Amino acid sequence: MVGDIGTAEELAQDALVAALEQWPTSGVPAKPGAWLMGTAKHRALDLIRRRATLARKHEEIAREVERMGTTVDLDASIDEHMGDDLLGLIFMACHPVLSNDARVALTLRVLGGLTTAEIARAFLVPESTIAQRIVRAKRTLAEEHVRFEIPTGPERTARIESVLEVIYLIFNEGYAATAGEDWLRPALCEEALRLGRILAELTPTESEVFGLVALIEIQASRLPARLGPSGEPVLLIDQDRARWDRLLIRRGLAALERVERLASPLGPYALQAAIAACHARASTVAETDWRRIVALYDAFAEIARSPVVELNRAVAVGMAFGPAAGLRFVDALVAEPALREYHLLPAARGDLLRKLGRRAEARAEFERAASLTDNARERDLLKRRAAECAAG
Amino acid sequence: MRVLVLAKESERSEQPTPPTEEAMAAYQKFNAELVKSGVVLAAGRLHPSAQGKRVRFEGKTRTVLDGPFTETKEFVGGYWLWQVRSMDEALEWLKRAPFDGGTFEVREVAEHEGM
Repeated sequence: MVGDIGTAEELAQDALVAALEQWPTSGVPAKPGAWLMGTAKHRALDLIRRRATLARKHEEIAREVERMGTTVDLDASIDEHMGDDLLGLIFMACHPVLSNDARVALTLRVLGGLTTAEIARAFLVPESTIAQRIVRAKRTLAEEHVRFEIPTGPERTARIESVLEVIYLIFNEGYAATAGEDWLRPALCEEALRLGRILAELTPTESEVFGLVALIEIQASRLPARLGPSGEPVLLIDQDRARWDRLLIRRGLAALERVERLASPLGPYALQAAIAACHARASTVAETDWRRIVALYDAFAEIARSPVVELNRAVAVGMAFGPAAGLRFVDALVAEPALREYHLLPAARGDLLRKLGRRAEARAEFERAASLTDNARERDLLKRRAAECAAG
Repeated sequence: MRVLVLAKESERSEQPTPPTEEAMAAYQKFNAELVKSGVVLAAGRLHPSAQGKRVRFEGKTRTVLDGPFTETKEFVGGYWLWQVRSMDEALEWLKRAPFDGGTFEVREVAEHEGM
């Protein structure tokens, strides 16, 4: 029987590829969770049996297969490789030849087990759009001869990055949604968390996988505190920290510890997670280690310099070294073309000016920030802050 | 959604004979599958209720009671906190557990919307 394990593995892989092709048309199994538990394993066995039957030969093999189906050994041997197959499928769904939209849709469909209707609702687009994306994605994978494989060497890093990007996109799509009317958008956060946790189990030596998991676990811990009673956004520094989910924080910090054992220096996700962890560890804003946050932003800016990162760093400088120091850095960004329409720049500037007692200027900045945002809730918040400056 | 899976035990099974090595291995394999699938958020086994305490609230009075609690027929012997997509998925998982006795209760955790 041991000699046949190779065949069994090959067929298990076939079954997964078949699943990728068939599920979008025949529908994902009614219980997608069961798939992750090894339904594909049973599919493989079915496939072996079916092939054996169809061929009406190799009776010996067929008998072997019957026997294999009832022994624990085959289960165990396929189980070991199920992880590889699942990982291969993740790499395939997140392949860089696909657009971000296509990768996200395919990942949610094939790995998350969401229906096209559910994905469409989550992304607020028509169902036909998602169906088309999936069809096109499948065609692209075929045309580009994307192989079902687990990349190694330098390619592996790039492919892992692509997977992480997809998971983070899914998470942010859920996290950025402030409208509470559709439960599916927060459910995207849950999907992303779960995919991240699965990936972490499959790739226990990839530090950035743990970096991403740490980041989204910690960010998700704040979800219960992010919205006020009437659905308005609550800024991180104004959040009721008692409402943060301690379980997710603990999980996030544990993932971060794992990163720190695996990698030095930290990658971009790990650095962002480390920044998030500074907030998570502090029970009040005043207790936050802002100097460490500034240092982490310095490191982050070295590998991913962007005006938005510079702005975040400037805000942290303001908290660590006083509003005057922060304002100097923010002022240096005012001429930055990429931030010209970015409402958080005047919002941050307004906040620093207010702390310096320059109320009239602060008020003008908050009003400018309010005029730049499309989000009605955020606009209300900024207008309120402008009014507070006027009230003295 | 999150579900809390409670292992219910009778008073008699609260001090069970230690599980066999095979049973333990089967349980660990199942638990590893759960973890690999991103389902387990937290898990734990509880000491017998003889080592437990109860605090009863009556108005302003608090009375501390020592275990075991002989009037109770069922005890919680252990728990899992799972992240699943539906109650169906939780049941699918639970039915695969390698237990040959006992009752398990699955309860959805009431959370803020969506998480």
